[in-house]
Amino acid sequence: MILVVDMNSAENPFGFSEFVLPIVSIAEKLEKCDVNHYLEVNEKSLNGYDKIILSGSALKNTVTLDQTARFTWLKDCGKPVLGICAGMQTIGLVFGGHMEKCREIGMTEIATVKANILFSSTFKVYALHNYALVPSAEFEMLAESANCVHAIKHKHKAVYGVLFHPEVRNKEVVERFISAFHVDRRI
Amino acid sequence: MKLGVLFSGGKDSILALHKAAEKEKVVCLITLVSENKESFMFHTPNIDVTALQAEALGLPLIRKATAGEPEEELKDLEEAIAQAVKDFEVDGVVTGAVESVYQAARIQQICNRLGVWCVNPLWKRNQKALLEEVVAEGFKTVISGVFAYPLDKTWLGKQIDPEMIERLVALSEEYGLSPSGEGGEIETTVLDAPMFKKKIEVLDSEVEAQGNSGVFRIKQARLTEK
Repeated sequence: MILVVDMNSAENPFGFSEFVLPIVSIAEKLEKCDVNHYLEVNEKSLNGYDKIILSGSALKNTVTLDQTARFTWLKDCGKPVLGICAGMQTIGLVFGGHMEKCREIGMTEIATVKANILFSSTFKVYALHNYALVPSAEFEMLAESANCVHAIKHKHKAVYGVLFHPEVRNKEVVERFISAFHVDRRI
Repeated sequence: MKLGVLFSGGKDSILALHKAAEKEKVVCLITLVSENKESFMFHTPNIDVTALQAEALGLPLIRKATAGEPEEELKDLEEAIAQAVKDFEVDGVVTGAVESVYQAARIQQICNRLGVWCVNPLWKRNQKALLEEVVAEGFKTVISGVFAYPLDKTWLGKQIDPEMIERLVALSEEYGLSPSGEGGEIETTVLDAPMFKKKIEVLDSEVEAQGNSGVFRIKQARLTEK
């Protein structure tokens, strides 16, 4: 069972359909999934979920970046996590990274710099961000564009982040994350 | 949130308008009238009907002409959105983008520069489901342009109904067309929708077609009671 975390602020009532539902439509073809708003997620509410996907949000919506204290559960949840755009940025901040200005809007070429389970080679992605993450030493970089880090993985945890929006043109990235951590509940 | 809607008069922009209006206040419509028939951003056959649609909706229309050159038309769009910000104090712009990253990214860039929200209520929606929603919600939508094989003049002026949706989906499976015209295969004009206070009656029209390319041009129309 997948938990998709809605990272959109109440200020933008359209964020759910634009940034969360496209992920759900990919995920639910592989496994059952639920959606919870980030304000409702805590250590206890994660029970019953095998893996977690943090959604992206609109360009003007950076609210979760100011509320990293709400995401401390990321450090010890022990579950695979994939953060998308704002989701990746939030993960990075929780683990001690910081942000820098980096505007990329539209199709952007990124290059894989470390072999991983989500993607390989050089490929084009849909980017929608004004800031990029400078990750802490707890993370290794998996991919980068000409301008910034585009994908990370925690060195000792199954915690991944992608700055691009895989739900737009690279849905296989979401599918591979889900498949890699598939839990067969029939056993 | 006060919103302006990028408005071509087709099914996607008017469905996006309805979804935006369910949650926030739509205060104006924004239409770019392109002289370039090849424009990826703004070309649509019955763009002049937007004035009647705006009247039917009871919303002011910002209408801006553009020569339709690739980068110039984006400057024209930015000016039109800036006018919506100035005249109607919009906080955001609504688009009917579903799949086109070309359109979506350019509008996102403009909104980002102007500091307003870019709202895409139909983004990544299933195209067949969108067509079904348009019919189920009571839109009267006609095909106003066809631009891909094997579509031809027999489609022009016809209303989208469940049978047509099945035909479009079958063609998408056989020929790889986008069923809702996301790749520019079809253009549509909405003559009636739930938010219309009056409906549009076509008084005079013509079909201009050659092979797999053609338009249904509304030459004269008026608003009538629903």
